[in-house]
Amino acid sequence: MAATAQDPSAPLRGPEKKDEDRDEDTEYSPFYGIEKGAVLQEARIFNDAHIDPRKCQQVITKLLYLLCQGETFSQKEATEVFFSVTKLFQNKDANLRRMVYLVVKDVCPASDEVIMITSSLMKDMNSKTDLYRSNAIRVLCSITDAQLLGQIERYLKQAVVDKSPVVASAVLVSALHLLSHNSEIVKRWTNEIQEAVQSKQPMVQFHAVALLHALRANDRLAVSKLVTSLTKGPVRSPLAQCLLVRYVAQVISESQAASGNDSRPFYDWLESCLRHKAEMVIFEAARAICNMAEVSARELTPAVTVLQLFLSSSKPVLRFAAVRTLNKVAMTHPMAVTNCNIDMENLISDQNRSIATLAITTLLKTGNESSVERLLKQIGNFMSDIADEFKIVVVEAIRSLCLKFPQKYRALMNFLSNVLREDGGFEYKKAIVDSILILIREIPDAKEPGLGHLCEFIEDCEFTYLSTQILHLLGVEGPKTKDPAKYIRFIYNRIILENATVRAAAVSSLARFGALVQELHPRILILLRRALHDNDDEVRDRATLYLQQLEGQAGGLDAVDVKWNIPAKNLEQGLKKYMENGFQKPFDLASVPVAVAASPAKERKAPGRTLAAPAPTQAPKKQDDHAALLKTLPQLAGLGPVFKSSAPAQLTEEETEYNIVVVKHVFASHVVFQFNCTNTVAEQVLENVSVAMDLAEAEDFEEEAVLPLASMAYGSVGQTYVVLARPEGSMALGKFVNILKFKVKEIDPSTGETEEEGYEDEYQLEDVEVTPADYIKPVAVANFRSVWEELDPESEMADDYGLGLRDSLQDAVEAVIGILGMQACEGSDAVPPNARSHTALLAGVIVGDVQVLVRLSFGIDVSRQVAMKMVVRSDGRDVSEAIHQIIQDA
Amino acid sequence: MGLWMSRLLSIFGEKEARILVLGLDNAGKTTILYRLQVGEVVSTIPTIGFNVETVTYKNIKFQVWDLGGQTSIRPYWRCYYPNTQAIIYVVDSSDTERIGTSREEFHAILEEEELKNALILVYANKQDLPGALDDAGVAEGLGLTGIKNRDWSIFKTSAIKGEGLFEGLDWLSNMIKTKR
Repeated sequence: MAATAQDPSAPLRGPEKKDEDRDEDTEYSPFYGIEKGAVLQEARIFNDAHIDPRKCQQVITKLLYLLCQGETFSQKEATEVFFSVTKLFQNKDANLRRMVYLVVKDVCPASDEVIMITSSLMKDMNSKTDLYRSNAIRVLCSITDAQLLGQIERYLKQAVVDKSPVVASAVLVSALHLLSHNSEIVKRWTNEIQEAVQSKQPMVQFHAVALLHALRANDRLAVSKLVTSLTKGPVRSPLAQCLLVRYVAQVISESQAASGNDSRPFYDWLESCLRHKAEMVIFEAARAICNMAEVSARELTPAVTVLQLFLSSSKPVLRFAAVRTLNKVAMTHPMAVTNCNIDMENLISDQNRSIATLAITTLLKTGNESSVERLLKQIGNFMSDIADEFKIVVVEAIRSLCLKFPQKYRALMNFLSNVLREDGGFEYKKAIVDSILILIREIPDAKEPGLGHLCEFIEDCEFTYLSTQILHLLGVEGPKTKDPAKYIRFIYNRIILENATVRAAAVSSLARFGALVQELHPRILILLRRALHDNDDEVRDRATLYLQQLEGQAGGLDAVDVKWNIPAKNLEQGLKKYMENGFQKPFDLASVPVAVAASPAKERKAPGRTLAAPAPTQAPKKQDDHAALLKTLPQLAGLGPVFKSSAPAQLTEEETEYNIVVVKHVFASHVVFQFNCTNTVAEQVLENVSVAMDLAEAEDFEEEAVLPLASMAYGSVGQTYVVLARPEGSMALGKFVNILKFKVKEIDPSTGETEEEGYEDEYQLEDVEVTPADYIKPVAVANFRSVWEELDPESEMADDYGLGLRDSLQDAVEAVIGILGMQACEGSDAVPPNARSHTALLAGVIVGDVQVLVRLSFGIDVSRQVAMKMVVRSDGRDVSEAIHQIIQDA
Repeated sequence: MGLWMSRLLSIFGEKEARILVLGLDNAGKTTILYRLQVGEVVSTIPTIGFNVETVTYKNIKFQVWDLGGQTSIRPYWRCYYPNTQAIIYVVDSSDTERIGTSREEFHAILEEEELKNALILVYANKQDLPGALDDAGVAEGLGLTGIKNRDWSIFKTSAIKGEGLFEGLDWLSNMIKTKR
């Protein structure tokens, strides 16, 4: 009865939301203010004895709207709606019926409830009205299970070749959905589907082609056969033709890996599609050609030509599609796109900003050095019109262009500084600043103008984050420039004008100048003194500290520019531990594990002390922790920084009395063996534990020190170290036989007391080997090619190796990377599936900070024999030789 | 609105009635529905869900809902109870084994609050089969005679032969006309 209260002709927007002072002229969305509770209430009219079809349709529309908006109905609500909707099946109004089909499909009540409409749908499926038949098929297929499907299969199969395109399409599309669970049944309709492919109705043909392909999708050969027959056959519908182009592209991409011959299958067919009547087919074919792997310039030309025509089309969507595809092609084949540059330049002023941005970035990619200035001018006019996210894309394109043409840095840098001055959001400004920072880093000539631009920028910068970042950079880079004094004004202005955070950063920056540039020192002192009266604590504190340091107190000049090498993670952990312990004594920074080189103070102290055994600590679990542990040892501080630490290796069987794990740490002229020992015998205490290493098979090494473990109680983990010296920078190799030596003291189980007298004992450990990989540290290289070019070609050494029988190329690549211990660059460690050959690029640093790059070319033949060609470049020919030696020995 | 409209209609034109056809599976409900609607015996399969048809008889438009009788569907009968003027309860007279089950379902229906004003018409169906109980036997099996507070009637029917169905509808239409 609720319905009588409302005006039956009321619009769809919720009448309860009516607002007194609403502007009468305002256009409201018909879906304005729809709310679930109210709609569910309204849905009760479905139960009325007399159904008002128009009203019911409106309510169903609202229900569907809610469902599409992601509103969920509880099980109870869904059930109620579902059953009331089923009562509408008695109505003969075709429009209402259509809505009923839609809503029962979407409201999805519990599966055992949904069967209640089965009979009704089966009746509709045999009705004379096409609309009922097609919709009933769609709903039935979406709610059906395998058993019911068997019952209705006969009807569905017949419907595939139905005269009515709506019905045929409905069953074809439903079959696509059924494939995932009931593919067997659909496979039995192949003849009918083949017939549907011949249909003159474009939509039916489209769906039939899609279904035929889906049926074969798992079988490469079958897809290839299907495509072959369809390309010769009757596919006329543009949509179906587009699908076919995609399938052809897929076949091409897969067949290539297998055959690798010159004449690409189906290329001629794709090319013929470029002359199709329908634009969508032309575009699809052009795109397919552009996306082919290792496409040649000759193959690209016709595709680029049609895309070029699209660039001057009157339809925005064609222009967009074309410029987007060309943009992609420009990444791999910039030369092929240059022909389109004139058309593309016209697009810079396109009304559609997406098209304009793509055009610009494409031009920036394909542009040659001479056109850079002209382009920048055009972009400059256009930058103010586009949204920030597009501007960021442009800025990034400019950055990569600048890295490509370093000589043009002046023009590009000027452009960046101009856009930096314009209005823009934080993300945009950040992108510009980041770009300038990268250019400063990569192009030495650009440093001073870049710093100048940044100085100007912070004069009027509203983003604290960017200001502090730039001030810090000025502090680091400014003192090294030719004329450091000119930056002082910019920095000091910040102290006068900015907020506290920026002021503090400016103070730090100034102090750096004072510490590093002798002639500025007195002037900086004056400026810092002015900051002593700042109203912010942090600024005052910093100014005070730096003044003291610049005047030689509190650590002196060196302390201004702290080499802050304590890893932030370690510091965080240290502070956390400190807070847990409850602030009993002041926090000691020295208790935080630091990098050895970072602590000159420790280095000085070290020689004065005698070699004492380190205190046992918790078992280190990760490699990082091992290294951190090492840094706590004053005895090892003199060795310099750790070059590389190996992964832990077990030297005893599991479950033996003593559990020993070794970690190798490589230093510039030493190798330190860290033995982590665990005593698993409860009745014993081990004292004076050490490892004796036999150097017989390692002549280049010389024992320098042994740090024994004083006492090893049951269950705790302790470390003993052996320090071996080797010629500085050399890659000395060797194998060591190890014996664990210790003094055993029994514990009386009854009293728990340790007996006075113990006895000496030994325990044989497994061998340890120092391999070449221990001296190579994986280091990623951003641009392998450029670094490769930089290295002396004289140092290049190449050789071929047979790697024998391997499961796959991936297997071989991983094995070689493992042996060399180097970093794979540019994702080249992943071998594409089915590849017959692969090139892997590796980079690493050898002890003594010698850079090494390796280019590996792998090939695999039918019998799975893998061959490898290895080309090495490095800073010296002997190093290259050493790398080859590693592979020869392996 | 529905009730008010139907009253209005009933003054000027033909009456309308909403009827549920219920009963155990294989009682012959769907056959009865189509015998009433098209006057022929159609071949049926077990109804999963429901069939709904309009049958006009003696100036009354019956909207007949034939709900499936399988155990899995019976729980959902109740969703269709509101606004129902009459129940046609169909019993397979030859299925003496399940007459007890039928009785339980029947009494559950009688208990329903939403159906307390509905007329009860029982069809003792499948009289053409040998060994079928007669109307008295079915009435006893369902416990009909104990019902004092409802209007009910029982008819011997055979949907296959078309016997007894319209006699039942006669009773129904008379009752509906006198009730209003």
